[in-house]
Amino acid sequence: MSNKKILISGNEAIAQGAIGAGCNFYAGYPITPQNEIIAYMAKHMVNSGGVFIQAESELAAINMVYGASAAGARSMTSSSSPGISLKQEGISYIAGSQLPAVIVNIMRGGPGLGNIAPAQSDYFQATRGGGHGDYYLIVLAPGSVQEAYDLTQTSFDLADKYRIPVMILGDGILGQMMEPVRLSTKINKVSHQKSWALSGCLGRKPNIVKSFFLREGALEEFNISLQKNYEIIRKKEARYEGLFLSDAKVILVAYGTMARIAKSAISQLRSIGKKIGLIRPISLWPFPQAPFNVKNKKLKYLVIEMSSGQMVEDVRLAVCGRQQIEFLGRSGGGVPSEEEIINKIKKIL
Amino acid sequence: MEKIFIHPESLYDVPTHYCPGCGHGIVHRLIAEVVDELGIREKTIGVAPVGCAVVAYDYWKFDCSEAAHGRALAVATGIKRVRPKNIVFTYQGDGDLAAIGTAETIHAANRGENLTVIFINNAVYGMTGGQMAPTTLLGQKTSTSVEGREKEKHGYPLKISEMLASLPGVYYIERVSLQSPLEVLKAKRAIKQAFENQINNLGFSLVEVLSPCPTYWGQTPKEALDWIRLVMQKEFPLGKIK
Repeated sequence: MSNKKILISGNEAIAQGAIGAGCNFYAGYPITPQNEIIAYMAKHMVNSGGVFIQAESELAAINMVYGASAAGARSMTSSSSPGISLKQEGISYIAGSQLPAVIVNIMRGGPGLGNIAPAQSDYFQATRGGGHGDYYLIVLAPGSVQEAYDLTQTSFDLADKYRIPVMILGDGILGQMMEPVRLSTKINKVSHQKSWALSGCLGRKPNIVKSFFLREGALEEFNISLQKNYEIIRKKEARYEGLFLSDAKVILVAYGTMARIAKSAISQLRSIGKKIGLIRPISLWPFPQAPFNVKNKKLKYLVIEMSSGQMVEDVRLAVCGRQQIEFLGRSGGGVPSEEEIINKIKKIL
Repeated sequence: MEKIFIHPESLYDVPTHYCPGCGHGIVHRLIAEVVDELGIREKTIGVAPVGCAVVAYDYWKFDCSEAAHGRALAVATGIKRVRPKNIVFTYQGDGDLAAIGTAETIHAANRGENLTVIFINNAVYGMTGGQMAPTTLLGQKTSTSVEGREKEKHGYPLKISEMLASLPGVYYIERVSLQSPLEVLKAKRAIKQAFENQINNLGFSLVEVLSPCPTYWGQTPKEALDWIRLVMQKEFPLGKIK
């Protein structure tokens, strides 16, 4: 790490994080509010020796990523909600072919064309695979521009380690806002030499990248091996930030931009002696179970989302009926304010 | 005694799953012979389609990738851009290349990607049971054009090779046929040309192969070859298009 900080947006931080991680293939299609990523990649990928392609569609972009990852590259694509829906076909194939890839979703309001305001309403889609079939992605949700930069680097490592697509799930506020970021000074020198990758069969048996298992029982066998991989990821890769968990009477649960607003509400309430805590899931899949494993029956949770209530279902599963769970959410581009959060907490206390 | 007919190294010595009289086995072999003759087996990467040839990688003895239906040229673009020194080709049917993948086809061609495309036109969806394809001829009966293709309802057979030829990014397009041994030899020459173009960095090359599907044409293998010669080649004339 250097001491030098630069002022950039969340979108630019993700792009710079990718380049820092040795991303050498990017394909994308323009869509608001993530256009800074595609523009940054267009400008900087060539200098770093990588490939940039503006594809004819999100479908083409994700399938170019499929090809590049199959050929051993560190590959990325980015989009926003309606575009991510289009990419689901390719994401399912990437998962089924056990390819590493990083997919960025800077969420906007939906359903349909929705609007271009920030939202967190693609949580279900992101954390339940999103496309057809029995699979998951690792989903990471940065809460600051610095974390957007750092987690992008982590995403490439996790994708390669587990041969799994990794999604960075941000929202329009995180993508657009600017904060100082400390850049890592070491650029990963990534080797293309992955033993399973397509490189030409010189001196070895041919490699095949595929997700097709026609023989009876073969797909079930393969899906069981995928599930074993997911089980390891569940055990090892759950990430969260916990604040004031030891004395809290009410614990807020929020991720990404929503967690920042929750933190402001907590510091206000703490200054007048209210014991409020925070669980901020950083990995949305695997969802962090550990911080919810507490016995105190009087404890209450307040889940806050920029959606009509999606992550709240994972909180219910994690809490498993032990404590009361309240929900505060706004949808379609609405963002719960500090004041709304404080009022809700006062009602619960 | 000198052997004058040998099994290509690039083709596994296994039976295929194709129907009697199908053209896929012939074209698989032609590709394998060309890859051997050009000495590129160890740097070739094939992209198999969704369709009857979905498991083409079970027959070719070189690196291969699958692609979602219609996306072969997007996948191939990703592979070739990452590995420009490898020889990358797609093998696609008419539904794949000229219906669901039309956008990927046109834009890969328009970018002038240095790729080789082997396009199997048999005027029907084979794997799914004989439905109407974009290249189905007017009057041709399929399970989804039961009275025969009608221009008023279904539009015309799509001549995507002619469409692609108008793009400046395209270097070479030729239409060939499998209806006789002589035409098979010409098909092999065109396929070889399309691979050589890539080796010489000349750009996007496509060979359209008129290929028999006796099963879903409701014909014997011999009748299917005659139908290519007498009917299909009139709609899709053979020769170099660009």
